[in-house]
Amino acid sequence: MARIDIKALRHSYKPNPLNDDDYALKQVDLTWDDGGAYALLGPSGCGKSTLLNIISGLLAPSEGEISFDGDAVNHKTPDERHIAQVFQFPVVYDTMTVYDNLAFPLRNRGVAETVVDERVRSVAEMTDLTDMLHQRASGLTADGKQKISLGRGLVREDVNVIMFDEPLTVIDPHLKWKLRSKLKELHQRVKTTMIYVTHDQTEALTFADRVVVMHEGWVVQEGTPVELFERPSHTFVGHFIGSPGMNVLPCEVSAEGVRISGVAIDIAQQEFSVDQEKRYEIGIRPEFISFAPEGLPVEVVSIRDTGRNKIVETDFFGNKLKVLVPEGADVPEGKAFVQLDKNYTLLYENDWIVE
Amino acid sequence: MSAKKLNNKAWWLVAPVVLLVAFNAVIPLMTVVNYSVQETFGDNLFFFEGMKWFEEVLSSERFHDSLIRQLKFTFIILLIQVPLGVAIALTMPRKGFWASVCLILMAMPLLIPWNVVGAMWNIFALPDIGLLGYTLNAMGFDYNFTRQPVAAWATLITMDVWHWTSLVVLLSYAGLSAIPDAYYQAARIDGANAFKVFRYIQLPKLKRVLTIAILLRFMDSFNIYTEPFVLTGGGPGNTTTLLSLDLVKIALGQFDLGPAAAMSLIYFLIILLFSWVFYTAMTRGEDK
Repeated sequence: MARIDIKALRHSYKPNPLNDDDYALKQVDLTWDDGGAYALLGPSGCGKSTLLNIISGLLAPSEGEISFDGDAVNHKTPDERHIAQVFQFPVVYDTMTVYDNLAFPLRNRGVAETVVDERVRSVAEMTDLTDMLHQRASGLTADGKQKISLGRGLVREDVNVIMFDEPLTVIDPHLKWKLRSKLKELHQRVKTTMIYVTHDQTEALTFADRVVVMHEGWVVQEGTPVELFERPSHTFVGHFIGSPGMNVLPCEVSAEGVRISGVAIDIAQQEFSVDQEKRYEIGIRPEFISFAPEGLPVEVVSIRDTGRNKIVETDFFGNKLKVLVPEGADVPEGKAFVQLDKNYTLLYENDWIVE
Repeated sequence: MSAKKLNNKAWWLVAPVVLLVAFNAVIPLMTVVNYSVQETFGDNLFFFEGMKWFEEVLSSERFHDSLIRQLKFTFIILLIQVPLGVAIALTMPRKGFWASVCLILMAMPLLIPWNVVGAMWNIFALPDIGLLGYTLNAMGFDYNFTRQPVAAWATLITMDVWHWTSLVVLLSYAGLSAIPDAYYQAARIDGANAFKVFRYIQLPKLKRVLTIAILLRFMDSFNIYTEPFVLTGGGPGNTTTLLSLDLVKIALGQFDLGPAAAMSLIYFLIILLFSWVFYTAMTRGEDK
C-alpha cells in the first residue's frame, strides 16, 4: 500500500532525444493516493503504456522521479516495488494448473504452503475460479485466463499497486461488462491502489474514481469522470470523452466579449485576459445545447438516431455544431434557433481552458 | 438438373500434384516393393520369392549390428544437439547487429554441401596433416580416426554436432522470439528466477518447435549417408557402418537387389514408426 508520486517525469525511447518530439512522455507530474481506483485514458500512442511500465519498473525513465510513499523507486525492480500487473493479453503458465498459477507469485517468494493455500483459495473465490482450480490453465477460455492473470495480481497481500494494461482487449463484449464490474467490486473489497490503462472511455469512467487523460505524451487532465465531462481542461478531452464529442468553434475575443461571426456568445468564464497572438475557441457539449424559439441561428443538416437520443448536426456560420436531442423530442427542419447553456460554454486558449 | 452442373474439370488442377507424387514417391517405392519379393539372376529374369528376403534380413546379424550402430548414433547426436541447440539459442542476442551476425554464423554449416562437410572433417582430422588430428597428437593424445573405432565415432559425432546443431538453434531461436514480452514481464513481476522462466515459459512455448526439430534431426540422422561415407567410409572395419552405408554396400556393392529392397522397406518402416509414435506422443492432449 502506498501513495505514488511522479515528478517531472520524461521518457524517450531514443538514446539521445533532441526535442519534445523524441519523447514518448513529455512531462508528467501526478500524485496517486493510496487505495484509489485510477484510470489512464488516451488513444493509442499517447504514452499511457510507457507511463505504466515506468511505474511498474519494467522500464527506467529518462528523466524525473517516481516514488512510493516518498521513497524514490527509480532504480528498483518490479519485484522490489511490490507491484502487480495484468497485461493486455492473458499471461498464464500453460503447463501449470490454475491453482499453481495463482500460487506462483507466492511460492517464488518462499511463502509457507499453508498460507499459499489459504490465499489461493480466497483469491479463487473472489475471481470465480474455485471450480477450475485443478484444471490445466492452458485449457481455459480467454476470460478465464485473464481471471488467472488478475488472480495472480491479487494473491499477494503486500502489493502496493495493481496495474491493468488494457486488460479487456481480448474479452468478448458480453463478458467485458461482467469482468469490469468484478474489477470494481474487487477494488472495493481489497482496497489496493489500482491503475487501469485503457483507450475506452466507458471502461475508464466506470472503473475509476479519478481519470488521467493523456494526449501525445502530455497529461491533459486529471479529474473525476464528472469533471472531465463538464469541464474538460483541453479541447482534446472534450473530443475524446463523450459521444459525440464536444463542439469546438473558433471565435473572436475582445474586451466586449466573445463572438462567433459577429454573434455574441455568453460563456462560463467571467474574467479573462486577451492575447491576440493566441487562438481562441468555444467548447460546448451537444448535451448542453437545445433548440429554442430564439437564440443562435443555425441550419439543420442531418439527424442521426442512436435509439436513445438523436444527434442533430447543424451548420452555424459555416461551423459544424452538434446538438443532442432526447428521443421523442421534435427536431425543427431547415432554419432554427439554439440556446447554449452558459454554464457549460467554455472558452479555450490555444486548446487549453481559460481559467 | 444438379447432376448436369457437376464440373469435373477441376480434377485437372490436381493432376500435377498426382503426377509429381507418383513419380517421386509412389512409383519408386513400388519398384522397391517389387524387388523385395523377387529373386533375379540377371538378364532381367525374376522369380517370386515371397517373404524370403524379409526373413533373411530380419534374422541377419549384419543387419542387427548396423541397426544398433544407427540407433546409437541417432540417440547420441539427439542427446547432444537438442540441449546444446536450445542452450545456444537462449544465449543468442535478440536484436541488433550481433543478432544478425550470430544468425549468419549459425546458418553457415547448414549451407555447406554434405560431401564437402565430410571431406573437410576428413582432412581436418587426419592425424599427420590435419589441424585437429595433428594438434591432438602433438598434445600427447593417441588419435587416429582411420584406425581407432572410438576416435572414428568421436569424430563422426563431433562432425554431425558441428553440422546440424545449428538447425536446432535456428528453430529454437525462432520459437523463443515468438514469445511475447508480456510473459517475461509477468514473470519478473511474479518474482520468477531465470530457471523458472525457462521451465515454465520458454520450454513449454518451445515444445512445438522442439518436436519438429527432434523429428527432423531423427529422420536426417537415421538417413545419414554422405558425411560418414566421405569421413570414414564405414570403417575402421565396420565400426561406423550405419544403416544407409550398409544398405548401399548390399545394393550396389554386392548387387543383391532382393535383400537390399527388403532392407530398404524395413528401414523406411522403422523411420515411419518412430516418427509417428514420437509425434503422436508429443501432440497428444494438445488443444487443437
